[in-house]
Amino acid sequence: MSRRWREISVSLPSLLWLTLLFLIPTVLVLAMAFKPSDGYGGMGPGWTLETIRSLRNPSYPAIIGRTLGLSLLTTLLCVVLAVPMGYYMARTQRIWRQTLVLLTVVPFWICFVVRVFAWKHLLHPDGFIRHGLLALGLIAPDTMLLYTTGTVMLVLVYSHLPFAILPIFAAAEKFDFQLMEAAMDLGATRWRAFTHVFLPGIARGIGTAVLVVLIPALGSYVIPDMVGGTESEMIGNKIAQRTFGDRNLPHACALAALLTVAVLGPLMVMVFGKGRSGTAEKSVGGVV
Amino acid sequence: MNDFLEFKNVSKRFGTVQAVDNVSFSVKRGEFFSLLGPSGCGKTTLLRLMAGFEQPDNGSILLDGQDITQIPPNQRAVNTVFQNYALFPHLTVRENIAFGLRVARRPRQEIDAAVTEMLKLIQMEDKADQRPNQISGGQKQRVAIVRALINRPRVLLLDEPLAALDLKLRQRMLLELDLIHDQVGITFLYVTHDQGEAMSLSDRIAVMQGGKIEQIGIPAEVYEAPKTSFVASFIGDTNFVDGTVTALPMPNYCRVRVEGLGEILCYNDKQKAVGDRVNLSLRPEKFHVTLEQPQEDARLNVLRGKVENIIYAGNHTRFWVHIGERRIATYHQHRRYHLDEKPIRWEDEVWVWWDADSGYMLDDYAPLLEERGITPPPETIHSANGKEQRI
Ligand SMILES: Nc1ncnc2c1ncn2[C@@H]1O[C@H](COP(=O)(O)OP(=O)(O)O)[C@@H](O)[C@H]1O
Ligand SMILES: [Mg+2]
Repeated sequence: MSRRWREISVSLPSLLWLTLLFLIPTVLVLAMAFKPSDGYGGMGPGWTLETIRSLRNPSYPAIIGRTLGLSLLTTLLCVVLAVPMGYYMARTQRIWRQTLVLLTVVPFWICFVVRVFAWKHLLHPDGFIRHGLLALGLIAPDTMLLYTTGTVMLVLVYSHLPFAILPIFAAAEKFDFQLMEAAMDLGATRWRAFTHVFLPGIARGIGTAVLVVLIPALGSYVIPDMVGGTESEMIGNKIAQRTFGDRNLPHACALAALLTVAVLGPLMVMVFGKGRSGTAEKSVGGVV
Repeated sequence: MNDFLEFKNVSKRFGTVQAVDNVSFSVKRGEFFSLLGPSGCGKTTLLRLMAGFEQPDNGSILLDGQDITQIPPNQRAVNTVFQNYALFPHLTVRENIAFGLRVARRPRQEIDAAVTEMLKLIQMEDKADQRPNQISGGQKQRVAIVRALINRPRVLLLDEPLAALDLKLRQRMLLELDLIHDQVGITFLYVTHDQGEAMSLSDRIAVMQGGKIEQIGIPAEVYEAPKTSFVASFIGDTNFVDGTVTALPMPNYCRVRVEGLGEILCYNDKQKAVGDRVNLSLRPEKFHVTLEQPQEDARLNVLRGKVENIIYAGNHTRFWVHIGERRIATYHQHRRYHLDEKPIRWEDEVWVWWDADSGYMLDDYAPLLEERGITPPPETIHSANGKEQRI
């Protein structure tokens, strides 16, 4: 067998996996966007551009914008919190490191929906947090902690933070901290060593963190549904609404396709626009 | 020349390990000064104290008269060549070298000129745009050195810079280091566990053991006049011989009775009196081993022994000779060699003789070596009291 054939046969399982579970569904979703709705949750015969045209609904740009904004901000906040966390975890003693890793993954042992529900209780208008803040005079009596865009943001960051910490910690743990000493030895401040040596050193971890936070955040639906208000709807809620409420599958598909294009477009530019610098491609490869 | 760099009673403890134990020494301006000692003796810790990565528990470090103990590493005019180079993997060779000047916000032209000059110094202009993982170990080593030199440090610290290189490359880098030191004229503080490196490069050597400095001196001093049995055995090979002074036959010399060997004459620079215990280091190359009896000489020690083992090593031959109850290791240099000369063979009865001046009196006893829990490095030849010999 030639080398080329061996390579192909080795990558065949993952290729098959990706094709079956990723490529075909995506193509199906894209295709369904061009089918007419039968009004009962199914699709009528023939093809139409009607659904695509209906995307011009004036409420969509705002929702798409909010979805992108919230997701990007979530990603940014998660990375900003996870980098010092990962740095600390990598530098601290073994026993502490293991404890912190454990504490990071412990939330996963509780059902996601239950955890979001817990936030609902914590931030409830009659919950102790709001009452406490009121008593301290830190918030006005008409301030709501629940059902706002801020709440959605908070819970988004809360639920995605572990996904950012783990890859960044993994990269930081492999980082050779003597490089920071070398930088300081050459006159750099600790901060400069951190930004110019540590951060580039864990670039792959950060890249992975960005992807594993950004992509699920874009598809968020449970969080804005449970703790958000009408003003904090995300595209995921609209897709769900079209599917379950309106029973208009093509419209839901069109929205999903719109999201895919909105995400994949810039991502493609980022990954391939960077040329052969390596880091971006590799971090993408690390996720897929 | 006055003292440029000074360690004053510096101590550093890690938990239960006393890594550096009340160390004092000083280095002169422009000197190539080595810290030599076995692994774990505290060399790296001393260097890290100097660089500012560690704070001493006690004592102070002075650079050109100024106390720098409290100054953070990025403000010390001291740069380090790390043991495993610590080159920045995300930067090119050029960017690595430029790092120090970039941080110092030097003008671009100055940086470019300095980097180009450094690249020329290490003959790596063609590798300027490669990354550290694309160049060889020796090249990484050179980049690490000039990266540390570009800020014109007052002291360059080198932590076992050649340890990771193979033998041939190590020998070449040895010459190169020597050359660089001559060219830049900066004070070098060099850490190594390799006595050969230290001997060939250094102006002076500090021999370390267990966080302490055992002896400081020029290479010939620590080799020819070791203060302690540790220094004697760590630098080169030696025979330890211990005995009691029995007589003072002439000024500056004493007779020593060595159990199981006989009476020998020894240079008495330590002013020992009759009855004192002494410990001698007899270097193997100081002995003569011949089939013929040497001519009488008052200052010659002449003993009769039997050859037990011979190793021919080209430029010299090693003979292990059984004398009395002891075994003495000797090296014989082939100053002239006649193929028809009657060679010394196994089991031959031979004359072993050496000049009384060639034995050196140590400050401590050889038996103390074991008592102090010190394991002599391999290659040390032990003959004290018929103890097992390590070769
Ligand atoms: N950061 C540290 N924590 C604990 N022990 C250390 C640390 N650094 C060095 N040591 C200990 O101090 C001693 C001297 O170490 P080191 O200076 O690295 O020796 P060398 O460089 O001569 O091999 C060793 O016993 C080592 O284990
Ligand atoms: Mg060391």
